[in-house]
Amino acid sequence: MITRRGMTLGLTGYWLSAGVPRVARADELGGAATAGGGTEALIALPGKKPLIKRAFRPPNYETPLADLAQPFTRNEAFFVRYHLAVIPEVDVASWRLRIGGKSTQRPLVLSLENLRREFKRVSIAAVAQCSGNRRGLFMPRVPGVQWGSGATGNALWSGVRLRDILQRAGVGADALEVVFNGADAPVLGATPDYLKSLPIDRALDENTLVAFEMNDRPLPHWNGAPARLVVPGWTATYWMKHLTEIRIEPTPYDGFWMKGAYRIPTGAFPGRRFASQENPETTPITEIMVNSLITSPVSGERLRRGAHAELAGKAWDNGAGIDSVAISTDGQRTWREATLGRDLGRFAWREFRWRIDTSSAGMIHITTRAHSRNGTSQPAKLTPNPSGYHHNLMQELMLEVA
Amino acid sequence: MRRHSAALALAAVALGTAAVLADETPRDESSIQLREAPGRELTAAHCVICHSLDYIPMNAPVMDAGSWKKTIQKMRERFGAPLTDDEASAVLGYLSSNYSHR
Repeated sequence: MITRRGMTLGLTGYWLSAGVPRVARADELGGAATAGGGTEALIALPGKKPLIKRAFRPPNYETPLADLAQPFTRNEAFFVRYHLAVIPEVDVASWRLRIGGKSTQRPLVLSLENLRREFKRVSIAAVAQCSGNRRGLFMPRVPGVQWGSGATGNALWSGVRLRDILQRAGVGADALEVVFNGADAPVLGATPDYLKSLPIDRALDENTLVAFEMNDRPLPHWNGAPARLVVPGWTATYWMKHLTEIRIEPTPYDGFWMKGAYRIPTGAFPGRRFASQENPETTPITEIMVNSLITSPVSGERLRRGAHAELAGKAWDNGAGIDSVAISTDGQRTWREATLGRDLGRFAWREFRWRIDTSSAGMIHITTRAHSRNGTSQPAKLTPNPSGYHHNLMQELMLEVA
Repeated sequence: MRRHSAALALAAVALGTAAVLADETPRDESSIQLREAPGRELTAAHCVICHSLDYIPMNAPVMDAGSWKKTIQKMRERFGAPLTDDEASAVLGYLSSNYSHR
């Protein structure tokens, strides 16, 4: 009999001896078992189910693997990520969204009622994913919140188009970036407040929303009540929560959270470039890289010989749409295509399923690899970057049929 | 400044109620206990102003003296951590000795 731990060690050894770049194992991707330096616990924030606690304050909690198996991640299971510890409970009735800035022609102040009554309602299914999702799986390891694979989720976001708000305020011809602030604040006055900016064309994109509902319910407090930005296809660092202020500006925003954080080496990754914030060394992270996650079975699981068994998971990308999910059982020599599930929209994740052959006893070594319609595929080797962003390695799974 | 005083008061509360062994999984922030060694109180009192102390063990497997030095520098210069040079040295000594991967 092979224990789960034995299997894990065995697989690591296999990769080392084969000289193949190390890929993520499903038990690692499960989160609580390995990533995070031994400080994990399942703890419930008010209004949430127990999530994998990475840090109490500012609160950083990730979604357990089992809760990522549904097409839409439930609100009470959705991950929570904050940078600053002062997080007010925003009163919906007195909440106001202010639109201003040097390139705004008619500054506005809007209530939630204004947003609901005066703008067209729009819904979009989209993956919200922390830039540092799976940072805890980087080799060599990098500092930061040691996320497993649960700093991601898929939800139906409803609200209004940011474009409609900006156009009512009047976008000046010299507009370059749109800057966003939320109600959260630092403990110390000397700590930079969390503000982010978007290029003007991404802000005016029809898919960028100011959302006040998540999965047909009011946004949960921990996910940005009463309204947050939704930037489908871009990592969640831009999805400002507890949104309070929007500024249309003719110059690049120079705050710490744009100039000093959430940056990757210039030219190292594919995807949309943020020209007004780029320098020769570094550039802001923007789009989500093609990725996938096996939700069942977990690595090391034993299957009964002859029994029906199925691999299931999710695949997603920057909104180009998933082309296919390929599966290999012979160490990546040959590949077969998994069956894709219902298309929930190009920014949502896509379910995939694949029948596992349990007809003969022995070990099964599975590799999964998602391909995007944008021409990119999950890699066998990570692109090193100091902050541990864009972990999207092909996933490995070892199963035993007995 | 008032915020700072309030935060230090919070830090005192958090340390005062620390009661759980280091090996146990803390159920809330106040039960996180850093390893007993010289510099612990100074380190905890300053770090806890802005964040819970679980950030320290969480990052320990990634850290060494050099990376702790960079982190403390970042906390002071970018995030405004109110540490004197002497205090920064003591915090660096404590973290390097107790929360490094080697």
